[in-house]
Amino acid sequence: MDMQMLYLIVPLAPLLGAIVAGFFGKLIGRTLSHVVTIAGVAVSLAASVLVFQDVLAGHTYNGTVYTWMVLGDLRFEVGFLIDSLTTMMMLVVTFVSLMVHIYTIGYMHDDPGYQRFFSYISLFTFSMLMLVMSNNFLQLFFGWEAVGLVSYLLIGFWYTKETAIYANLKAFMVNRVGDFGFILGIGLVLAHFGSLDYATVFARAPELANETITIWFDTPWMLMSVIGILLFIGAMGKSAQFPLHVWLPDSMEGPTPISALIHAATMVTAGIFMVARMSPLYELSDTALSFIMVIGAITALFMGFLGIVQNDIKRVVAYSTLSQLGYMTVALGASAYSVAVFHLMTHAFFKALLFLAAGSVIIAMHHNQDIRYMGGLKKYMPITWITSLIGSLALIGTPFLSGFYSKESIIEAVKLSHLPVADIAYWAVLAGVFVTAFYSFRMYFLVFHGKERFHNAHHHGDDSHGQDEHGDAHSHGAGTPHETPWVVTGPLLALALPSLAIGYMTIEPMLFGDFFGNAIYVADRHPVMVELNQHFHGAMAMGLHAITTLPFWLTAAGVGLSAYFYLKRPDIPAAIQQRFSFIHSMLVNKYWFDELYSWLFAGGARLLGGGLWRGGDQAVIDGTINGTARLVERVARLLRAFQSGYIYHYAFAMLIGVFALVTWFARLN
Amino acid sequence: MDSILSLVIWVPILAGVAVLTTGSDKNAVLARWLALAGSLAGLLVAIPLASGFDTTTSAMQFVENTAWIPAFNIHYHLGVDGISMPLILLNSFITVLVVIAGWQVIQDKVAQYMAAFLIMSGLINGVFAALDGILFYVFFEGMLIPLYLIVGVWGGPNRVYAAFKFFLYTLAGSLLMLVSMIYLYFQSGGSFDIQTWHTTTLGMSAQTLMFFAFLLAFGVKVPMWPVHTWLPDAHVEAPTGGSVVLAAITLKVGAYGFLRFILPILPDASHELAWFVIALSLIAVAYIGLVALVQADMKKLIAYSSIAHMGFVTLGFFMFNPLGLEGGLVQMISHGFVSAALFLCIGVMYDRLHSRQIKDYGGLVNRMPVFAALFMLFAMANAGLPATSGFVGEFMVIMSATQVNFWFAFVAATTLILGAGYTLWMYKRVVFGQITNPHVEELTDINAREILLLGVLAVCVLGMGLYPKPFTDVMHVSVVDLLAHVAQSKLP
Repeated sequence: MDMQMLYLIVPLAPLLGAIVAGFFGKLIGRTLSHVVTIAGVAVSLAASVLVFQDVLAGHTYNGTVYTWMVLGDLRFEVGFLIDSLTTMMMLVVTFVSLMVHIYTIGYMHDDPGYQRFFSYISLFTFSMLMLVMSNNFLQLFFGWEAVGLVSYLLIGFWYTKETAIYANLKAFMVNRVGDFGFILGIGLVLAHFGSLDYATVFARAPELANETITIWFDTPWMLMSVIGILLFIGAMGKSAQFPLHVWLPDSMEGPTPISALIHAATMVTAGIFMVARMSPLYELSDTALSFIMVIGAITALFMGFLGIVQNDIKRVVAYSTLSQLGYMTVALGASAYSVAVFHLMTHAFFKALLFLAAGSVIIAMHHNQDIRYMGGLKKYMPITWITSLIGSLALIGTPFLSGFYSKESIIEAVKLSHLPVADIAYWAVLAGVFVTAFYSFRMYFLVFHGKERFHNAHHHGDDSHGQDEHGDAHSHGAGTPHETPWVVTGPLLALALPSLAIGYMTIEPMLFGDFFGNAIYVADRHPVMVELNQHFHGAMAMGLHAITTLPFWLTAAGVGLSAYFYLKRPDIPAAIQQRFSFIHSMLVNKYWFDELYSWLFAGGARLLGGGLWRGGDQAVIDGTINGTARLVERVARLLRAFQSGYIYHYAFAMLIGVFALVTWFARLN
Repeated sequence: MDSILSLVIWVPILAGVAVLTTGSDKNAVLARWLALAGSLAGLLVAIPLASGFDTTTSAMQFVENTAWIPAFNIHYHLGVDGISMPLILLNSFITVLVVIAGWQVIQDKVAQYMAAFLIMSGLINGVFAALDGILFYVFFEGMLIPLYLIVGVWGGPNRVYAAFKFFLYTLAGSLLMLVSMIYLYFQSGGSFDIQTWHTTTLGMSAQTLMFFAFLLAFGVKVPMWPVHTWLPDAHVEAPTGGSVVLAAITLKVGAYGFLRFILPILPDASHELAWFVIALSLIAVAYIGLVALVQADMKKLIAYSSIAHMGFVTLGFFMFNPLGLEGGLVQMISHGFVSAALFLCIGVMYDRLHSRQIKDYGGLVNRMPVFAALFMLFAMANAGLPATSGFVGEFMVIMSATQVNFWFAFVAATTLILGAGYTLWMYKRVVFGQITNPHVEELTDINAREILLLGVLAVCVLGMGLYPKPFTDVMHVSVVDLLAHVAQSKLP
């Protein structure tokens, strides 16, 4: 088959599924709806595999699908750029999406919005594919906003739930703040490059490397730094980087399958992908790279801390996602784009796995998400347990598992980076290793080991945020939990395999081989990858060598400490919580960012709007206009007095006039 | 056929007169069908404008020119270019929707209501087609009369205040415009021909004075800050159909005036005073965006949103590059679709609950899922989401503003945040959530007629968002020609 045809099939098959399930879902029923959408994504995955093989064989593609708009020399197009970076993303997106589609059959089984849900996640898959396959900034922005829209729709999927519809609006707004920077960045690209086509822009980038622009008074700015930072602000929104991270934890109000697909594996990594894609631009600005590294380091460490105090199973994983996105961002800042993308891929598998496993636990717990009321689930849910363990081990970077290779490479890359901020970032990511291990296994132990506390769950009014309250017909009786059906455990197993092995298998070609080829560009003055390669002696050696490295022992310490705290001596964390109540409340309140933003931005905008409306529109403008009208009326009333229509008034006035005139003439003479 | 433009103007007007002859509400059914036939005929005769349009020339097309009042050299001179042709089609199209929208809702003075819209439609087509200053003026003022009646007769409780405010606001501006036209008549050696005025030499002080005269005339219509306060009042009082036409079409008449009069006739003053219009436009985007956020009345909210969106139009015009100017034009067309749809959506809700207050709603999706889905699409279009028409114009204007001055783009791009803020916050409070008002519990989803109306607009919004090329293809040559014109000094 024609390759162009195949490229088109990849995004259009899920779109077709979304349309069918969305418009005719009620008509064709539940089963057919999920069959159609799953088939769409399966076709897309199969086509992606074929495209991947084609790219491996050395065939890349950059071409137009259709012309969106033409203004003279300026062309805006929808088109595809198919290279190794794209195909890797295509495989990740379609594979995770397929797993999530299948899983949804089980998870959303009793939900009245079943067809709608399938339609949305297929629409998401389409949007995400358009984003990663784009060959220009316009379509990138299309996909960028489209995934944001679907995320909005899915966070608010249970639209009667107040917390959900608050969370989805918040997510959309915070993302729009990022997009605000993003579109200005795109604007500068168009203004200075005269094109939005990647290839054209990248080709011209070196010419403009030293170009400066004046934005603020007469201070010259490096064009590339301004563009880089503005585009990255978009990435900060989409990939939930500090200080635009606030929406991601709240997005957990959505059903768990989308937390896995959108808010862990794919959409939130769009920012990472974008920066990697723009590597020819970012390589020209150390300022932008330093900015990225600092933001990433802050996110990686400080969001990790928040994971420690969360009791909602999904929120623990959400903060973990934030922290891991921070790791990827740090890698981008270190010019280790391929490492960032490599971690993106491994993370997609093990984090989707962790979310889906959490969802499996949530089903078994009758939609109670509080880990304080779980425990000992290991023996009731063997598949969920073992896959969760694999996911957690992969996440914390256990040697030979996928997360190990990617995270270890990030830490090494930061260590080797020559940016002035790299030292601080290095300590942040190193400390983050311990934190990650601690919160991951805190959750793991609380859920799967220790005493069975779920029998108490219904007697406690737990803080019910994030509880899935869709019209489920599950019995709420306190029976023994049991393993979830195969549509749930199947995807867990399917994701556990890459979580185990993908890192080992692919680190060599992806980081040190020529897999990415020209898709990622690294300037000679940022030799991080070259130096990293000198230390690399194969995946096996890297795993064996781990035991002599600091991160390994930090990980072990994190796991050990959490085991000691949460299995042996649960009184200790409680005591610490008492002792350091300020720090605890700071973490529980997420550093008070939500309060600050809601007061400053939401409240401030309303206050300002109200002031401008009442003060500006009503008082000044309408006041002037109605005042003018009243003035005219008063003058008219005055003048009206002279035109009363009574003869004797006129006669009297005439007499006075005659008298005045006569007097005047008399005086003259 | 060489009298297409005459047909486009007179078919709706004559249809309106015919509808009037049906008289009292006893014949309401006949009046409705006649009005529908008339509006469809109006749309049908406009189609050759698009199908027979030559996109390779900037010259006026479908020209008709006969002497009208020879004593003053006034002509019945019609013609369209890539700027006015899409607006005529938009107007003829919206007229059909408005007739359908009033089908069941209007039960009082049906014939007069329908006739007012048809006559107004013809007059507005006249505004866009006129190439003679006085002819333009007659249409420009004439269209106010039916609109004034629509607000004043079929409007809400405070309709008289609103109608007066609207009428006086717009009249004040137009009188200064008439004075300017008479001055131009003498300066051009006795011609009311607009294209002759385009080449008439004018001194800087004359240009400046006329600039402000025209700016007031058209700025009120757009409306630009600070002469915008009539619009929210007029919208709140107007019946649904009136709001639709007001937002979708009459605002465009003001913006159109910039392109036909201010820019080409007064190029030097336009360049000199561009900062002024840009400042007003940016205030419209940011200030009005914030004001929209705090509105409790849905119609007021969308009215303010219209002002903010029209700020993009005037901003784009004064960027003096094709991207900005065409962006402004695209925004005009798109806003025609989106604002029409949003006012129809509010109408759908108002017809059921007789309230426009956001607080009276909540949880609508539970009872009206189909409506909620369509409303979502239009809300997203209003927030400028890509793949909807609302994105295209905003995107183009922001892109062009970045070329001119980063800070223009910076302020303009706040619409990404503000537009999403006021639109989606309203949507959340109206559509999502639990039902709190027991009356909402009793609502029924939209009927076939309403689905048809909103569905057609949904196709337009998505179509233009996914493939705006046909629109810009029509505009481009005329816009380039206009810009070439504006670049030339007319100082003596």
